[in-house]
Amino acid sequence: MVDASAVGITDEPYPMTIERGKIREFARATMSENPEYLNDPTPPIEPTFLTSVSFWTPTGQSVFSKVKMDLKRVLHGGQEYVFHGPPPRAGQQLTVQTRVAEVYEKEGKRGGTMTFVVTVAEFRDEHGALVAEARSTAIETGKPATSKEGA
Amino acid sequence: MAPTWADLPVGAEPEPRTVGPLSRTDFVRYQGASGDFNPIHHDEEFAQAAGYPSVFSVGMLQAGILATFATDWLGADNVRRFGVQFREQVWPGDRLVCSGAVVEQVEDDDGERTVKLELTAVRVGGGTAIKGWATFAVPD
Repeated sequence: MVDASAVGITDEPYPMTIERGKIREFARATMSENPEYLNDPTPPIEPTFLTSVSFWTPTGQSVFSKVKMDLKRVLHGGQEYVFHGPPPRAGQQLTVQTRVAEVYEKEGKRGGTMTFVVTVAEFRDEHGALVAEARSTAIETGKPATSKEGA
Repeated sequence: MAPTWADLPVGAEPEPRTVGPLSRTDFVRYQGASGDFNPIHHDEEFAQAAGYPSVFSVGMLQAGILATFATDWLGADNVRRFGVQFREQVWPGDRLVCSGAVVEQVEDDDGERTVKLELTAVRVGGGTAIKGWATFAVPD
């Protein structure tokens, strides 16, 4: 059962270092042949690269755990990244903070009432400027996940 | 060279890209790159116990494939927004066709130019796996 009172909760800010090897690995995994990712010594990140922030999140600190979703019924509904200028590049040190932005319900076509949980992670550069935001929508379905909705 | 403003009227589109057939190795490679180690994408017994016929792809893998399809066209430095909505799951052996088109050209008061795109990754023989949208800066 989703805890709607979690809206507004944030985690503690933590650092994320952007690394060339990780960007190259991510380009290979997402089937890009773009030399900007593969050959530039300080490449920019791919649009969805910040999903790898999970490698930097301190153990047990995920803000997501505070929403108390039933993980057997959770689907990833959508994901969006916003960049306030060119995307960060290898060598940059970012600071990340995530908050629970929204919790709302909708009637689903198959699964009964669906609860949507939106979290927003803010990424700031060495000067404190907001450089990127990651908005993630998770859906708790009214019954165990089927093979037809979400991923 | 990334396309210029004149190359990007509403309706402009890159050559579609077909990827796959996607393998379990592709899923695992992405899981290693991203840090999402949900066993439902690589552990057959776990996936079947959860009621699925087999493991299935990570939604963010097809999102990443669609994202780099767009940046390979319009330039890695130029992306300003990229979003996806997940629609249909992607299974081992699936082939995906990535396509997209410019839906709006925007020039703001400061002369900054951007284009908005709509994108899809469609399963060959199936439905739409993900719908995407993006905004790219268009340098002079």
